[in-house]
Amino acid sequence: MTTRFTKDHEWIKVEGSAGTVGITDYAQHALGDIVFVEPPEAGRVLKQGDDAAVVESVKAASEVYSPVSGTVTEGNAALADQPALVNESPEDQAWFYKLTLSAPAELDQLMDRAAYDAYVKGLE
Amino acid sequence: MADGVTTFSGNRGLAIEEPLIFEMNAPGRVAIDLPEPGPVDADRLAGLRRATPIGLPDLSEPQVVRHYTRLSQKNYGIDTGFYPLGSCTMKHNPRLSEKMARLTGLADLHPFQPQATVQGALEVIDQLAWWLKQLTGMPAVAMSPAAGAHGEWCGLMAIRAYHEDHGEGHRRRVLVPESAHGTNPASAAMCGFTVDPVPADDQGRVDVAALKAKLGPDVACIMVTNPNTCGLFERDIIDIAAATHAAGAFFYCDGANFNAIVGRVKIADLGIDTMHINLHKTFSTPHGGGGPGAGPTVLSEKLAPYAPLPFVVHGAGGLHLVEHAAEVPESKPFGRVKGYHGQFGVFVRALAYIQSMGADGLRQASTDAVLNANYLLAELKDVLSPSFDGPCMHECLFDDRFLKDTGVTTLDFAKMLIDEGFHPMTMYFPLVVHGALLMEPTETESKETLDGFIAVIRALADKAKAGAAEEFKAAPRLTPRRRLDETLAARTPVLRWKPGANS
Repeated sequence: MTTRFTKDHEWIKVEGSAGTVGITDYAQHALGDIVFVEPPEAGRVLKQGDDAAVVESVKAASEVYSPVSGTVTEGNAALADQPALVNESPEDQAWFYKLTLSAPAELDQLMDRAAYDAYVKGLE
Repeated sequence: MADGVTTFSGNRGLAIEEPLIFEMNAPGRVAIDLPEPGPVDADRLAGLRRATPIGLPDLSEPQVVRHYTRLSQKNYGIDTGFYPLGSCTMKHNPRLSEKMARLTGLADLHPFQPQATVQGALEVIDQLAWWLKQLTGMPAVAMSPAAGAHGEWCGLMAIRAYHEDHGEGHRRRVLVPESAHGTNPASAAMCGFTVDPVPADDQGRVDVAALKAKLGPDVACIMVTNPNTCGLFERDIIDIAAATHAAGAFFYCDGANFNAIVGRVKIADLGIDTMHINLHKTFSTPHGGGGPGAGPTVLSEKLAPYAPLPFVVHGAGGLHLVEHAAEVPESKPFGRVKGYHGQFGVFVRALAYIQSMGADGLRQASTDAVLNANYLLAELKDVLSPSFDGPCMHECLFDDRFLKDTGVTTLDFAKMLIDEGFHPMTMYFPLVVHGALLMEPTETESKETLDGFIAVIRALADKAKAGAAEEFKAAPRLTPRRRLDETLAARTPVLRWKPGANS
């Protein structure tokens, strides 16, 4: 399994052509208490960088941008009732959506864990 | 309780623990005693006769009066204290304007009255429109939008109508800077456009190169706020307008911060095609808590024909309110945006304000608004962290770097200000800086008020840096309620009282 990160603080875990997307611990920390999540519905076709989901905290509403292109296979229904999961388990249970990648080469533009950690350190 | 005093009632002197009015219900109690009605024809309402009680509480008149008076005493408004909410222009509402709005000849009109009987009201609309056109240098103004965001939508609809009328209906992309008010992308989306964000540069202004790179044949317009939400004048605005027009797009300006430049800048000279004017901010009418506002929207020569109905014209027999496009053959209104004729009560207040200030007074007001904001900036910049170098316009922006490693957040700092008797500034907006604190003092505050606020902010900043995080986390402690659980309220909101359910 490969994990990659965007500058907008999304993560994507990929196995074969199946990807799982969420937001990073840094992102949930910056947003504060999450109060609402709107994941995309299955079947939606996303281009890299498209608005894929909405996440709302006590401070702000933000878009989640798709790290790669593909077709959504499942949105995480659990987040509707438990938005707090994003604060508790951002990089595991609180995944936003799964998709089938249509252009896996796009992953090469994203950061690996070490590069992302260095990027975040530079923001502080 | 912070001062260690407890009372049997839970009341603290005049700070009364007030129940909901529904909780005070005493079935059968009435405020007004009416004689028993005569015999009623039971069949008159047929199947529409109410089968269950209406569900309103039964109370005496003094109970109702006290309830609402007590609630009003818990309110904090511009009439009780300093209200430095950034991007909101909470200035004083002159009592002269209120008096004018209550003149029976203006207050007691009905919107369906024959036009011959309301020539004075039409003249109020027409004179205010004249002033707004003079102050902006624009040839036309749509008076009916009911608020700022409504005006944004009105301007965008005129732009859309123009493009569709010129075979350019494919122009559906709108460029919006990241520092914009949230209403900008929302209005664009509501208009059927897609939103393309434009980044800010390190000076807090629109990244002009990035904006130019995003212009193209599918762009309907750009939406730029000037001065922007960082309280800074967009220095490259003429360059931005020229590039936008060269690409066949329009320039929408968000006029929320017009208070900084009234009487000094004619926005027509900046190349702007349309801008809404928040009468309730710049021209001082009561606002906050959701209304009422008014967002007249000025339009350029190109966009003017698409202005929504209704509008006032000078006819042979006096002023005439045009309600149908057929009455003015050259007009192509995109529709109506509001029932009746706009927020008339706000028009009266705004016109009274403008006429009592005069052109010179309006120019003095914007000058003093900028001076007051710069006074705050100058007196606070060594203890807070200003986000950008140099002077500001009508509001000054700080971020939370001054709280680094103190354990205190912007939110905690704002809550502490409440205990000190001030309404907090705008927090966490604009989003382009971290933990924003945005302060807009307006021109109507005295130096004494500003000095009092400055002294408190300086003291709180020192206190935070001295390691009083726990005290900040506990604030506010002197309000009717302590720190409310905002997360719980957002996650599981209880929006209305139901019998038995919320007690």
